[in-house]
Amino acid sequence: MASLDAEPDGAAPTYQVRDLSRVYGDGPAAVHALRGVDIDVPEGELIVVLGASGSGKSTFLNIIGGLDRATAGTVRFRGQDLHDASDAALTRYRRDHVGFVFQFYNLMPSLTARENVALVTEIARNPMDPAEALELVGLGPRIDHFPAQLSGGEQQRVAIARAIAKRPDVMMCDEPTGALDSKTGVRVLEALQNVNRELGATTFLITHNVSVGWMADRVIEFADGAVRENRVNANPVPASELSW
Amino acid sequence: MSARILGVLDRKVLRDLWRMRGQVIAIALVAAAGVSLQVSMGGLTVSLSETRAAYYERYRFADLWAPVVRAPLPLAMELRAIDGVASVETRITAPVLFELGGEGPPPSGFVHSLPQDGSQPAVNALHLAEGRLPAPGSSDEVVVLDSFASAHGLHPGDSLTLTLAGRRENVTISGVVLSPEWIYAIAPGQLAPDPALFGVIWMNEAGVAAATGMSGAFNEAVVRLMRGASEPAVRAALDQALAPYGAAGAYGRREQVSDAFVSAEIDQMRTMTRMMPPIFLIVAAFLVNIVVSRMVAVEREQIGLLRAFGYTPLQIAGHYLKFASVIALLGLAAGAALGAWLGDAMAGMLADYYHFPFLLFGLDPGGYALAGALALGAVMLGAAGAVRRASRLTPADAMRPPAPADYSRGLGARLIAFRQIDHQSRMVLRQLLRFPLRAGLTGAGLTASAALLVCAFYFADAVEVMVEEYFTLANRQDLSVHLADQRAMGALDALTARPGVMEIEPFRAEPVRLRFGHHEILTALTGVVDDPRLARLTGKRGETIAPVPGGLVLSRDLADRLGAGAGDTVLAALTRGARPELELQVIATPQTWVGSGAQMRLDDLNRALGEGDVINGAVLRMDAREAGALYAELKDAPAVAGMQFNAEARATFREIMDETMGTVIGAFILFACVIALGVAYNAVRVSMAERERELASLRVLGFSRGDVSYILLAEAALITLAALPVGLLAGAGLAWTLSLSMDSDVFRLPFMISPASYGYAGLILIMSVVLSGALVRRRIDRLDMVKVLKTRE
Repeated sequence: MASLDAEPDGAAPTYQVRDLSRVYGDGPAAVHALRGVDIDVPEGELIVVLGASGSGKSTFLNIIGGLDRATAGTVRFRGQDLHDASDAALTRYRRDHVGFVFQFYNLMPSLTARENVALVTEIARNPMDPAEALELVGLGPRIDHFPAQLSGGEQQRVAIARAIAKRPDVMMCDEPTGALDSKTGVRVLEALQNVNRELGATTFLITHNVSVGWMADRVIEFADGAVRENRVNANPVPASELSW
Repeated sequence: MSARILGVLDRKVLRDLWRMRGQVIAIALVAAAGVSLQVSMGGLTVSLSETRAAYYERYRFADLWAPVVRAPLPLAMELRAIDGVASVETRITAPVLFELGGEGPPPSGFVHSLPQDGSQPAVNALHLAEGRLPAPGSSDEVVVLDSFASAHGLHPGDSLTLTLAGRRENVTISGVVLSPEWIYAIAPGQLAPDPALFGVIWMNEAGVAAATGMSGAFNEAVVRLMRGASEPAVRAALDQALAPYGAAGAYGRREQVSDAFVSAEIDQMRTMTRMMPPIFLIVAAFLVNIVVSRMVAVEREQIGLLRAFGYTPLQIAGHYLKFASVIALLGLAAGAALGAWLGDAMAGMLADYYHFPFLLFGLDPGGYALAGALALGAVMLGAAGAVRRASRLTPADAMRPPAPADYSRGLGARLIAFRQIDHQSRMVLRQLLRFPLRAGLTGAGLTASAALLVCAFYFADAVEVMVEEYFTLANRQDLSVHLADQRAMGALDALTARPGVMEIEPFRAEPVRLRFGHHEILTALTGVVDDPRLARLTGKRGETIAPVPGGLVLSRDLADRLGAGAGDTVLAALTRGARPELELQVIATPQTWVGSGAQMRLDDLNRALGEGDVINGAVLRMDAREAGALYAELKDAPAVAGMQFNAEARATFREIMDETMGTVIGAFILFACVIALGVAYNAVRVSMAERERELASLRVLGFSRGDVSYILLAEAALITLAALPVGLLAGAGLAWTLSLSMDSDVFRLPFMISPASYGYAGLILIMSVVLSGALVRRRIDRLDMVKVLKTRE
């Protein structure tokens, strides 16, 4: 596969995952993080991924996010295989299509909020203005603050602004509320839901928190490296109505 | 290794050392460089001084030399009676030419007389390396200085033909010797020893006396002083007693050529020992500081946990000090081994030029202890700040993760206004401005490295200037001929008529005591032709500085020793003829890098001494095609006492400089690279460890390895670029200091650094940093994005 410059194709799934497995180490010490996962993910859905620690949900996200490679099986993004992509192609895939949000924000402490966002828009093909992205997550007034001057929730919202500013096709959010209190967490989830609705980016949201599943279009639950449940939520609730 | 012997924390120390082995090795190497220099050069300074002291004591090396024209032997009794004199040996010293066959330049040298009864002299005894002293009463046996013997493959039983006072003699070698007077066997006026062209022999007194017409007389008294005796007082008494016999003036060890060279060597080594090791130990201390600081920062939570478990602050401090002390011990062990090897190698090299019966590079326990204390001290000092921070962390503090570094204050924050700077560069600049101390210290380390490099190449430049000045500019003759005594000007015509002589200039050199104020120096006053073209003192632009009537041209080093300058009138006390004291005005003080000079007009000198129009030597240019014929004739000329050959002297000087300076330059470059690599590698590694998370995040966000490497390596590159000019300047400063401190009677280091030297120094520094970057770059490529993102800082 030369490039991953894929365009959406009507009803075809964004991701087509077949018999995906990931083994860490070998011999008796081998850990089977994923054991034959099969999933189709349609365009534009907000998917909440649930599961206990070690269930394989993060490994799954890392592989479809282009951070890790499967041991066996295929992942097709808009029909193109990620498994055989070169390292440079994966870098381009992450740069052009994927927005990441992490539990621990991972902002550059030496850059202001605006600069953290601009860092990504500079290398994106069709980015929004960093100020606009920060406005979307409600951080307009704190645009020139450094991470050390922002609260945890604010830092996470900068991270979301950074992820959405490139108008990604896919958002990967690994425990985005894990380090936040419930009120702040809800605000972050609201921001994510807004972005999903407004940009139409397929959004994966990994969490331990079962009640977050109420806001999802689809809930996928992992257990022991396999998908235990894959159910569609016909009536997702607004994030603002969640509490835990 | 059981857990009981090695506590759990100690195992952590071992694992930390293994994990950080690259950095540990880099720091240990820098410390090892310092230790090895301290051990080798410090040890060599001590062994050289001690060997010399022991040699001088055991072989009764003279304290004073008193040359005369001719004094009766019974005068020795009077000399022995001088207060403060322990022993006196009177002897005849005469120039000698050797006949060894072949077309090349003939060797010359000296003969010293030995007591007629076959015993060792009371002063300046000989060390027999082979054979025996001349048999009692023999007049055709000689012992030969070992350097000359080995250069020509001479051994006891071989015969030797020599010309002594114009008489050809055939003698038999009875032994090969070393002498405390000729540790550094160099012909007078020469820059470097040439064992093939300069030799010294000893034979019984009667033989020398018969050949030189000195029966019943001596022309040199060598004197040993009693402990605590006043050297100036004894010298004055000697001069008084010997004045009627044409005393040139007694001189001490400072003016004895061999000892002057040995002293200069020891002084230079002492200077280097003082200057070099501290540079390395300071750099090592700084490296330990950044590495341990980083460890403590990363291990905050672990420290907090340990404190919560009940470990005391002292135990915490001990843990990190152990880590640092293992680095120090590694450096010490490597440095001690390297130092022993280096010291041995340097001693071997010194033994090529300085001939001692024994020169052992002593593994001086004191030196090791000092080196050890310095290395440990430096490393502990480097770790002290971080260790104190670690031990002061309370459990609660430590368990709380540190707040993200705040970049909102200071200069870096103002970069917000500069839109044209891209964000990666912004991160680089803010990192530098946020931690200026660390950037400054890294820069200082690289500065030290650049300075050492400049110094290394400076030595080569200086030697080039010295050679050029002495052999090309000042001394343009092919050959210097020294006559056995004063000869009438007619001798010059005889020389001019020899085959192949193209240009000739006569001179008369006489020992003189120059006085100015309360300073006095013993040197040679040379009477030269009005417009010297061959052997000259030259000005800044290479122009001849010729003496004018009544004036004295004095090389800068002599003027400085006298404290006199141009325009001053100095007193010149001559020892020949009527022993006149002349008042001479210094007309110029040209700088000479090699040797010294005091010149006046030949006519003025001859008039003052009242011995007629005489000369005692000449310098000449010759047709190389007729060299063989010229040498053959000069060897047999009774008036010729000795010859010196410029091309050979130049080649020998070059060879010696290439070997000794080459070694020093090589060592400087090696050590400078060790510093640059150690500093740059550690700086980049620590920066990488601190920013692993940031860098991994950037990779996740879609930045390439090149982009990420840029952020990390641009920082090192900026520091290097900033350090480079400072380092080159500091190198010039260091070179200048060295040029001042290596100022000896024999030569001075000119302070002159070529642009190419700066270029090479810069290039090597940059290459060292690039190599460090390349080593770390491999780690950037292996950055585990997933793992890094999953862990909280």
